Amino acid sequence: METKGIVICGVGGQGSLLASKLLGKVLVNEGYDIKVSEVHGMSQRGGSVITYVRYGDKVYSPVVQSGEADFVISFEKIEAARYAHLLKKGGIIITNTQRIDPMPVIIGAAEYPDGVLDELTAKGVQIEALDALALAEQAGSAKAVNIVLMGQLAKHFHIAYDKWIAAIEQTVKPKFIDLNKKAFELGYNYSK
Amino acid sequence: MKELMIGNAAVARGLYEAGVEVISSYPGTPSTEITEFAATYDDIYCEWAPNEKVAMEAAFGASLRGVRSACAMKHVGLNVAADPLFTLSYTGVTGGLVVCVADDPGMHSSQNEQDSRHYAIAAKVPMLEPADSAECKEFAKLAFDISEQFDTPCLLRMCTRIAHAQSVVELGERTVPEKKPYEKNPQKFIMAPANAIRRHPFVEERTKKLTEYAETSPVNRVEMGDTRIGIIATGACYQYCKEVFGEGASILKIGMVNPLPVQKIKDFAASVEKLYVVEELDGVIESHCNNIGVKVIGKELFGPLGEFSQKSIAQAFGLPVKETVTADTQIPVRPPVMCSGCPHRGMFYVLSKNKITVLGDIGCYTLGSAAPLTALDSTLCMGASISGLHGFAKAAQGEADHNTVCVIGDSTFMHSGMTGLANIAYNGSKATVIILDNSITGMTGHQQNPTTGYNIKGDPATKINLEALCHSLGINRVRVVDPYNLEETEKAVKEELAADEASVIISRRPCVLLKYVKPRKPVMVDPDKCKSCKRCMKLGCPSIRIKDGKANIDTTLCVGCGVCEQLCPFDAIGHEEQTMAELPPAQCVAQ
Repeated sequence: METKGIVICGVGGQGSLLASKLLGKVLVNEGYDIKVSEVHGMSQRGGSVITYVRYGDKVYSPVVQSGEADFVISFEKIEAARYAHLLKKGGIIITNTQRIDPMPVIIGAAEYPDGVLDELTAKGVQIEALDALALAEQAGSAKAVNIVLMGQLAKHFHIAYDKWIAAIEQTVKPKFIDLNKKAFELGYNYSK
Repeated sequence: MKELMIGNAAVARGLYEAGVEVISSYPGTPSTEITEFAATYDDIYCEWAPNEKVAMEAAFGASLRGVRSACAMKHVGLNVAADPLFTLSYTGVTGGLVVCVADDPGMHSSQNEQDSRHYAIAAKVPMLEPADSAECKEFAKLAFDISEQFDTPCLLRMCTRIAHAQSVVELGERTVPEKKPYEKNPQKFIMAPANAIRRHPFVEERTKKLTEYAETSPVNRVEMGDTRIGIIATGACYQYCKEVFGEGASILKIGMVNPLPVQKIKDFAASVEKLYVVEELDGVIESHCNNIGVKVIGKELFGPLGEFSQKSIAQAFGLPVKETVTADTQIPVRPPVMCSGCPHRGMFYVLSKNKITVLGDIGCYTLGSAAPLTALDSTLCMGASISGLHGFAKAAQGEADHNTVCVIGDSTFMHSGMTGLANIAYNGSKATVIILDNSITGMTGHQQNPTTGYNIKGDPATKINLEALCHSLGINRVRVVDPYNLEETEKAVKEELAADEASVIISRRPCVLLKYVKPRKPVMVDPDKCKSCKRCMKLGCPSIRIKDGKANIDTTLCVGCGVCEQLCPFDAIGHEEQTMAELPPAQCVAQ
């Protein structure tokens, strides 16, 4: 099979590491060859962060480049737009609608481009936007945004629901399993 | 058992399986996790040393005593440890000694993108470079075998995309080689001229033997595909080339980047029509090919800058890249920022407000250079703030004494700030040194250091007293301030700048991300009192924004540090109940 690409992006500190860990687990359990590439350090301090996940029969490069991603999963609205160029034709953007102002916006040096997702939709990009923060809070913790988004990904993904749940059980600390299962379910069942 | 592991964890696993017994390192992105993961194996003694030179020398001592040892560092860390490395090349080892060094092409978290391969060449030691996590583990083990077989330290070169990329690793068992008894051997280990003169020919002879090894070693392997294009590549570049060409090119994958084979490259060159070298950073392999008379295309096509990718390589070869959709709307950049409640912010605000020239250093506080604080004037390397300030003050002949300071973190001070401070005392500049003591090594992700009172395992350790240390280094004026208290901080800065001698201000409050630091309730803005003066926005705090013309606090981010509260002239920001007096003391005790 052709190698597939998934991009997980957001703002440093939002918990993208657990999302990629869960996704990695699901894909490894399915027997795929997989590579996950993250950047640690400087960019974690509230900067724009990105994780690349690639899977297939044999994966070489650990990074996803322009037009190679089947999914772009974003924890923040304009981060989805920042990395939209990575999406391949026919790919899907799944994004949290949460707005987090970057420093240039905070200090008034730039505008927050609120309508950028509409522009991408108008250009034919399929975007699934959801208030993952509200759903995470409904599940019991604002920190579960990552798992809500993974739930929404699962809805569009070829791997069965139960296998995701099994991977959650293998990935998450025991005391957080129920919370994360709930968050996953809410993300999975969300539709506009 | 198979496991998905980042390259650094796989290196740690390889060190473990190879029976390493002592690891001493200094943290530095992207190398830090090697030692962090190694420390999770109880069979290995691991430590954070104050700097990379100390770490490598500790590893040397362990090797001398007959066990397998290792150290890990980032590329610029090897500059610090270069001194022991060059002579370790002469002494060789008793127990195997592996030096892991992680380059950062693209400078994701570094001040330069130097190419560590030059060190292997200059120090005349072998260097391996893995291309995925499985190789990270295997090469870490092989590095010990090479180290012992050829009596040399062996370098293991990582880069960000290998160190921080996860791929599948097959786990093996740990085998500890028999400990060699300690025997005094002055001819080998006392590198005074008479002995060193005799060791140098050994080094040259060793390089010849290692080159022979490189000719036949399976780590340098040919993967024949289409013979119209031949590519020599290593590490991540090998992966990118495979991604672009698959079987559409023939590849000589180099696993041992120093010394490089000669005949193997000549044979490969003869088997392909056109030969390319794809290597990030400098043209090291390309120069070697030129030296042995093999014509290659390299840097003229790919350049020496940044990280490569399958896309950049395809473009360089003139191949089509994938179609894509982008927004026309400009997306504002999102640079990293100091966290909400970061204790550095109060000090930077004071320095910025008073228009003080600030020589900076390496750590989270480099972020003080960003708008709106723009508090820094320079950042060079670990420790350069203090030594640089001394030279700056001497050159200014008194004109800088009352308006220039330097800032350096607790860990960076222990790493290489102490010697600069000794120079200030000894050679008498009237410098004002600010130690930003947040009680942890922050930027690399919270590693303990000699001032925190804990070791790598989190167990209690000797806590070096910074005040006493600065006094001992000859500084009479040493004072501690809480950077959450702006008035106290400003007073200290002004008084110490006015003083007619050198002084140290220790700006002390633990990093807010430390688990034992409990956040206070977020502060709130009373919109009726807020006059939209935006004074609070001068802090560059990610929790403060303007909403409907008024300041507004993002309560999901705010940790209630109260610094903005002190800036508001209209008393519009505050906690409902808590006051400054309820803050935990600055000298927080870790759990």
